[in-house]
Amino acid sequence: MTVPELKIKDLHVSVEGKSIVKGFDLTIKGGEIHALMGPNGTGKSTVASAIMGHPKYQVTGGSALLEGANLLDMAVDERARAGMFLAMQYPSEVSGVTNAEFLRTAINGRRGEGNEIPLMKFLKTLDKKMDMLEMDQKFAERYVNEGFSGGEKKRNEILQLMMLEPKFAILDEIDSGLDIDALKWVAKGVNSMRSENFGCLIITHYQRLLNYIKPDVVHVMMNGRIVKTGGPELALQLEAEGYDGMKAELGIKDDETVEA
Amino acid sequence: MLTQVQSLPFDKEDLTKFAEQRKEPKWFTEKRLEALALAEKLALPEPEKTRITDWNFTNFNYDTTATSVQTLEELPEQLQKLLGKNEKAGNVLVVRNSRPVYCSLSQELRDKGVIFTDLATAIKEHSDLVQKYYFQVTPMNQHKLTALHAALVNGGAFLYVPRNVTVTVPVQSIYYQDAPSSGLVAHTIIAAEENSQVTYVENYLAAPSVGEGTANLLSEVTVGANARVQFGAVDHFTKDIVTYVNRHAKVARDGNLQWALGQMNDGNTLSENATLLEGDGAACDTKAVSIGSGAQKQNFDNYIRHIGKATVSRLLVRGAQKDAANSIFNARTKIERGASQADGEQTQRVLMLSDEARGDANPILLIDEYDVIAGHAASVGRVDPDQLYYLMSRGIPKEKAEKLIVEGFLKPVVDLLPIEGVRVQLAALIEGKVG
Repeated sequence: MTVPELKIKDLHVSVEGKSIVKGFDLTIKGGEIHALMGPNGTGKSTVASAIMGHPKYQVTGGSALLEGANLLDMAVDERARAGMFLAMQYPSEVSGVTNAEFLRTAINGRRGEGNEIPLMKFLKTLDKKMDMLEMDQKFAERYVNEGFSGGEKKRNEILQLMMLEPKFAILDEIDSGLDIDALKWVAKGVNSMRSENFGCLIITHYQRLLNYIKPDVVHVMMNGRIVKTGGPELALQLEAEGYDGMKAELGIKDDETVEA
Repeated sequence: MLTQVQSLPFDKEDLTKFAEQRKEPKWFTEKRLEALALAEKLALPEPEKTRITDWNFTNFNYDTTATSVQTLEELPEQLQKLLGKNEKAGNVLVVRNSRPVYCSLSQELRDKGVIFTDLATAIKEHSDLVQKYYFQVTPMNQHKLTALHAALVNGGAFLYVPRNVTVTVPVQSIYYQDAPSSGLVAHTIIAAEENSQVTYVENYLAAPSVGEGTANLLSEVTVGANARVQFGAVDHFTKDIVTYVNRHAKVARDGNLQWALGQMNDGNTLSENATLLEGDGAACDTKAVSIGSGAQKQNFDNYIRHIGKATVSRLLVRGAQKDAANSIFNARTKIERGASQADGEQTQRVLMLSDEARGDANPILLIDEYDVIAGHAASVGRVDPDQLYYLMSRGIPKEKAEKLIVEGFLKPVVDLLPIEGVRVQLAALIEGKVG
């Protein structure tokens, strides 16, 4: 089996007519973990939402190829079934639908009719993954994200990631609002996914999470595009110097499109 | 000009004969005839924004028959599935084409003085007791439909729970219509005396063989002081059956009533649900869900009247509208003068699933007292695009995701039904209707 590849090329995205992402390039291969860092409002989450297909985001140019097929031509559910996953910053609550029901429907959506996961196998897997995240078993029967704390919602996103086993995952500020214990569970979950067949993009403001999930590559995004790429040391540099230091180094002014 | 008055397709002689065949007590037949006179002169109700003048409330066969069965195994499988199992079984009445075909009540409950039987039997064996409750909660002269009901009543149930008796196993009625052009005019009386407890669930079903038919259902619930009643219902009449359903309760001091209504008819429906919180500290919790489909027209009026002090009401109504369905949802909370410290809250949400569907949610608060808490919320909207995106982002196709959201939206009532078979039935009905 060949290693999967996600190739984002020259992506441009607008929100309500305002151009946010302006020429975003990134290639991730299976087995790699990339971190995408950058100041607030620079377009990191917009990249994530546009790749997953949130209706509010208009892609105005570029492509996102997952193993050669352009995700941007697909409906949201098709992107997911092609192997994309987005752990969301603000997951929706769905009243009246239990977590277990939701996950089983999602898994069966991927497997297709006639190939549904046997119930016992599903429950066993669910139990195991929930144990790993130290989630109480009763979360399976609670309605999706309803009444969950911020940390519980994030853990629930990681549970879905582990159950659905996508080829690529984008974690959109999964660390925001998490205490140190929750951060460790999230990291444990993501690390358990590491394999040749799984690539991951972690969007974060802080270096903290990267102590627990070691990235292979770190990208810095400003003003709608990646302005610097390096190894894990880049995150440490950012932590020490801040984004302002990096801006000065690269000669970037706020709200200015960087010319290549 | 068209005249509003139409002569009824039956007269005094028909009803007298009908009553004689059924060997009813005199007082009951007199009620019928009194009601007939009222039905001739009273007007139809005028539900807001729903035109019912051309609905068939009068032309149907009310004198249908059915054969009794000795065991539940002889019933159609569809009905058997609805019955409680194991520890939840035993107290059940099955009515087919308005005739009782099976009735049982555990010996333990009989020994405690509980009465549960079909109405025809009840008026013979417990005539005085039935008379004490018959048309005491709902006025017979409310409008033409209540009067028609009293004139033509051909089935029903009587449940009486004496003082201090707790019934732990749910009591269940199942009504099944399959006779062509038939009409079910079922009158249910639930009387829970002081400090008693009971859970009652009723199911209404019909087969396509009925074709054009009518259902005129009236339930009167009396909740005594400090008594607790849970009343669950799943209505599912076929698309050419016109339904008028009136569920009416009064609650005495510190009494507590819970309604869980799954209103899943496929035909035109006029529904009136009313609760009078008469005694101080009386409380009620009403939850009702419905789905409109096809070209169905429905009107749901949910009314709560606070009379006693410190009375509490909660009302939650949810409806989904698909195809070209048209439904009106009225929620009325009335707090009378003197009902100080009353607390009434109502929420109505209507989910529109198609461009042709129509839905209206009207929240009405009428308050004649200062020292109260009252609140309302009403919304008519579409499936939340963020929820849809979230589910789809996990690989669930759009139609399936919408279905999950709608089923989840209607879940609050499913969860409340006390009998698993009925819960499964309502969930399946919702799934089928949303599908």
